[in-house]
Amino acid sequence: MKVALFITCLTDTFYPRTGIAVVKVLEKLGCEVAFPEAQTCCGQPMWNNGHHHEARELAKRMAEVFEPYDHVVTPSGSCAAMIRDYYGEMFEDEPAWRKRATALSDKTFEFVEFLVNVLDVDLRKHGVKWDGQATYHYSCHLRGIGITDEAVRVMKQIEGLEYKPLEKAEQCCGFGGTFAMKYPQISGTMVRDKVSCIKATQAPTVISNDAGCTMNISGSCRREKVDVNFKSLAEIIAEGMGLM
Amino acid sequence: MSDTLFPKLPYKLKQRADEATVNIQLQQFVNHATYSKDVARKQAMGGAFGENTDAVRDLAGQIKQHTLDHLDHYLEQFIDNATATGVQVHFARDGEQANQIAVAIAEANKCRLCVKSKSMVTEETHLLPALEAVGCETVETDLGEFILQLDNDAPSHIVTPMIHKDRTAVARAFQRELGAEYTEDAEALAQIARKHLREKYRKADLGISGGNFLVAETGSVVLCTNEGNGRFCTTAPRIHVAFVGIEKLVPRLEHLGVMLKVLARSSTGQPLTCYTHTITGPKREHEHDGPEEVHVVLVDNGRTDVLHEDTREMLRCIRCGACLNSCPVYRKIGGHSYGAVYSGPIGAILTPMLKGLENYTDLPHASSLCGACYEACPVKINIPKYLIQLRRDMVQNHLSGTGDRVTMRLWGESLQHEWSYRIGGWMQKTFARMQAKFGGTLETDDPYASRGWLTWAPGPVKGWTQERDMPTPTAKSFRHWWRKEHGR
Ligand code: SF4
Repeated sequence: MKVALFITCLTDTFYPRTGIAVVKVLEKLGCEVAFPEAQTCCGQPMWNNGHHHEARELAKRMAEVFEPYDHVVTPSGSCAAMIRDYYGEMFEDEPAWRKRATALSDKTFEFVEFLVNVLDVDLRKHGVKWDGQATYHYSCHLRGIGITDEAVRVMKQIEGLEYKPLEKAEQCCGFGGTFAMKYPQISGTMVRDKVSCIKATQAPTVISNDAGCTMNISGSCRREKVDVNFKSLAEIIAEGMGLM
Repeated sequence: MSDTLFPKLPYKLKQRADEATVNIQLQQFVNHATYSKDVARKQAMGGAFGENTDAVRDLAGQIKQHTLDHLDHYLEQFIDNATATGVQVHFARDGEQANQIAVAIAEANKCRLCVKSKSMVTEETHLLPALEAVGCETVETDLGEFILQLDNDAPSHIVTPMIHKDRTAVARAFQRELGAEYTEDAEALAQIARKHLREKYRKADLGISGGNFLVAETGSVVLCTNEGNGRFCTTAPRIHVAFVGIEKLVPRLEHLGVMLKVLARSSTGQPLTCYTHTITGPKREHEHDGPEEVHVVLVDNGRTDVLHEDTREMLRCIRCGACLNSCPVYRKIGGHSYGAVYSGPIGAILTPMLKGLENYTDLPHASSLCGACYEACPVKINIPKYLIQLRRDMVQNHLSGTGDRVTMRLWGESLQHEWSYRIGGWMQKTFARMQAKFGGTLETDDPYASRGWLTWAPGPVKGWTQERDMPTPTAKSFRHWWRKEHGR
């Protein structure tokens, strides 16, 4: 299966290891991975802040860049939700672009979603082994694409990995893009709530798949002196397969 | 009190919100109470409807949407049918007119004492002071509202108005205002309130209520309460006046089957509210109980403006409060921070619509767009979508500031080309890592994992580092790895 990777700007610059893991795992599972280098950003920051002209221009670019591929996989639930939930609505008055943009919506998947719902992978058959305790941060925009406990189910297929449930798992970590900078105090109170739930699990590792959430939560953990590791599920799987 | 829900405009959220985040009491009560209500809602909805939960929400949403799509038709039907049962129906364009109608009724009947059950619309119109001004003492009978009235405080939640207060505040209010002995025992406190209010019901000559639903087919007002106070207010006094927003209509009685089930489960996690009254007309000749006169005041107060196709969905709201309970922002800042009658996610979209976007530019932005509200809403109002829509309206109407426009324009432009994207990324990385290097925080040698941490940063990132550390980009990007491994 041919797959194009949409790395997203934050993962590209802040969490390249996640991108590397996604490529290695997908290749291991028999996919042919391409990385169209012309890609930049899905336009989410502009769209969410009401700058819809700018967002539309970026969406057009996305639609063009990924047009030649059958599947697009991204390690971010947030950017996947942007493409899936809003690319159609964006071009209500431009039917030609609407068609191209929704074509991208239809073939874009978040990485874990792709493993579970498209590749239908069972990691137990691949002998994935990763020793340690870990909790999991559910990023909010997975709601937008209808993902609930898929990642936890995948985690449970990894030998040696002990999953520690997180209290208030469905409560936002307070990132929210520019929200974290526009309303720092509200956002700060939210992320400290998340950190105290993480601390309560006593797990040394937090699995967090969205770069934005990871930046926010790990930054707060560091400030609050809560010593935990952050990894994406892609990294865990790649490590568990002996690929990294 | 009035200042809490009717602040000076334009309203800025920051001060109250920031105060709330360091208010320990608020953080404990509101944070905890909303979270447990949210859990109760999920259990109640899931327990009753299981896999069909989503379909039931769809249905409830469609019933409301259909009614709104044909609101003129159903309003007429309601007016005809209510009038036929002997109800006097009034229409109020705005809050002031609504209050005038109520005041005129009170004056014409020389009412001296009014018992009132909970109603958000009367908060909107600010009815209570209007009645008191003409010498009609008005007593709130919903326990929460009663305590707020004693404390001269304002509701901070649609369903649980005194969610920001605890039992000791109740004890103090009863001691101070009613001369009761200080007690924190919930049972004893309820008894004190009950004794006090019973006397009021007995003497009252006017009863005011809201209405959860209006049924067009029968002309009925449907009222849901948990304390039974609604029934006293609407049956004991000689006159009953119901204040109801025009969006509360449903076409037929059978629709209540769905609406009542989702309302109770979504607001309190109960299968049904303890008391559900269907009030159809005043007391008939052969009946012993009930008011001699029933008035329904249909309140517009800005709603027809929201009825525009692009925003109509917002009027589906049945005021269950589920979006407030599920909202991580509401949990942290409480209802008063929203500076208006409706708070939480629904308030953040409805208030700017009802009271002018220019007056409430903070509300649509003070959200992380996490989507918990949309998932919770029993009538499926896509609140995040409307938050974004209002942000767009702000940009289009030049309410969002030039700095914001310029930044987004430049940022958007730089993402239009691979080269400028890369230069931007390189600059961000270089400056951040330089600063981290000075701070001595750069970690590990793996170029794809090595990062540093900023504990202070200038400009727009300042807010971030005020609350938490900021990771820097890694030494090398993913793009770099790809070129190296799969290079051209
Ligand atoms: S918007 Fe939805 S969840 Fe919020 S109060 Fe209204 S009906 Fe309830």
